[in-house]
Amino acid sequence: MNKDNNKVNILIVDDEASVRGSLSRWFEEFDYNVGSAADAAEALDKFRPGKWDIVFLDIRLPGMDGTELHHKMKEIDPDITTIMITAYASVDTAIKTLKDGAYDYITKPIDPDYLSHLVSNIIEKKQLFSENQKLKKRLNALCKFDKFLGDTPQIKKLLDLVKTVAPTDTSVMIRGESGTGKELLAQLIHSLSPRRYSPIVTINCAGLTPGLAESEFFGHEKGAFTGAIYRRKGKLEIAHQGTVFLDEIGCIDSKTQMDLLRAIETRQFTRVGGNEIVNVDFRLICATNLDMEKAVEQGTFREDLYYRLNVFSLFVPPLREHRADIPVIANGLLKKLSTSMNKNITGFSNGAMDLLTNRDWSGNVRELRNSIERAVVVCNKQVISSDCFVLDNISDISPQDQSLMTIEKRHIQNVLDKTGGNITHAAETLQIDRTTLYHKIEKYGLCR
Amino acid sequence: MPIASRVNIVPLDFDDDELLGNMSSSISQAFQIPTRIVPMDIRLDMGRNRQRDQLNSTWVLSQLLSQSLNNSDKILGITVHDLYTPILTYLFGEAELGGRAAVVSTYRFRDELYGLPANKDNLEKRIEKEAVHELGHTFGLVHCLNFDCVMHASTYIEEFDYKTNSFCPLCVSLLDERTNT
Repeated sequence: MNKDNNKVNILIVDDEASVRGSLSRWFEEFDYNVGSAADAAEALDKFRPGKWDIVFLDIRLPGMDGTELHHKMKEIDPDITTIMITAYASVDTAIKTLKDGAYDYITKPIDPDYLSHLVSNIIEKKQLFSENQKLKKRLNALCKFDKFLGDTPQIKKLLDLVKTVAPTDTSVMIRGESGTGKELLAQLIHSLSPRRYSPIVTINCAGLTPGLAESEFFGHEKGAFTGAIYRRKGKLEIAHQGTVFLDEIGCIDSKTQMDLLRAIETRQFTRVGGNEIVNVDFRLICATNLDMEKAVEQGTFREDLYYRLNVFSLFVPPLREHRADIPVIANGLLKKLSTSMNKNITGFSNGAMDLLTNRDWSGNVRELRNSIERAVVVCNKQVISSDCFVLDNISDISPQDQSLMTIEKRHIQNVLDKTGGNITHAAETLQIDRTTLYHKIEKYGLCR
Repeated sequence: MPIASRVNIVPLDFDDDELLGNMSSSISQAFQIPTRIVPMDIRLDMGRNRQRDQLNSTWVLSQLLSQSLNNSDKILGITVHDLYTPILTYLFGEAELGGRAAVVSTYRFRDELYGLPANKDNLEKRIEKEAVHELGHTFGLVHCLNFDCVMHASTYIEEFDYKTNSFCPLCVSLLDERTNT
């Protein structure tokens, strides 16, 4: 369909002028855009990808015949819909072109009723196809989660493992400290899996009391307990054909562990207070920051459930172990946060980046994100300087960076950032003379 | 598009005066312009395909145009013969889109063709709708998606019986636009 006026574009290729004229008049009455060509050369001259929706093509043409022309047109525009026009004598040839990708063939003379239905069916099919493509594009955009940022070998290896396991239905256990991005990794696995068009349902097991957990997982029937005034679907049922992400799996109570194990093994359960068996199809991803092997050893976590969940294990390293990724992550977060706050902040000053990369980040990426968010809020320049951060606690600096030299370097850079690179003001603040400050700038390779 | 001053109805091997009269008033009512019956000397056997036993509608249109001198008149031929074009097996009628000439045939509107007893009322209603439809094309109207509208495309008889002989509001406004410019 023509993008500008939504009209259907039909090209008629036939060497008989009466056929071209008759079909053109017939289609023009339907308000279609009609073009015609007497031979293959003229048809190819008029043929451009996306220009025509349907081509009516006579099999017998002077020079290049219809089948060859059809082949050439398909090479130029693989989405073109072609209808071969033939006399009874050449039906065999027409059938061959069907095998070559033609939509249909019609024999001369054509029944107008059949022609009208044929064209309206093609238009309907094309409209549905185009609508389907648009919806898929929109759905793909909706399915995109935040990027898991990082260039270091640890993160690259982790992402390689994610790409390997994502297209399968294997249960995945993601381990790592709090704030390392376990949920983001689960979303990434889901978005790369064939289940991406169905929901990913997150259950935070840490916040569930035993009674609540049962209802949360499996749902309940009306009247199952006091306050159950409606039938409610459980999260496992909502995630049908999608993914269930069990966050903090180590915090789940023993009764729910048993019920969950059965549901995972059979993919069947009954709602609380009900008898009806619910069949579900979901992929399981869980995350924990606990030592699960120890929990199994101590008997607080069922061994059989542990083996069921821990089929494929991924470990997200703490931020301090891939410190080289901090600039990439910080810049990625800055871009996202400044856009959402409608601010034009382009980057970090050297001092600010130094401050971020030398910190230990016990709260990992979550803590880094919150610090950057605060800095974006208070920053009113194009570049975030170190004074936008409230990270003065020296103890948060990693042990290897607590040398006097490192602290002096960072402090001088901070002062330079604050004074906008003014040496006189910076020297006054630092209570040293300007020559000493110049020496130190040179020694540490600082930026003004 | 010039304002049409009149519709000339040309009977072609057609002698049912009562039907002609009723069709004439229907057209006059639909387009709000006068009509008149104008006999023309057209030798239909020249446009006849003996093998197919049908009359070439495009040929008829060219004959109607060649014999009509007043360029502001619309010309509607009506015939009992089955119409065809070389590529289409049959036609109920044909018109020049945004032009002057149109032709309609009663042949496929007869109930006898479908194994039913003859019904003049049905025939009259169908031919009136088809005449208004084809003349609508000469005023530049294209097929309408509204099933009730007389400009809805009809390729089988049941569709003629379902639609009305009047224009939908959208086609009325388009017709007003075209006849007032």
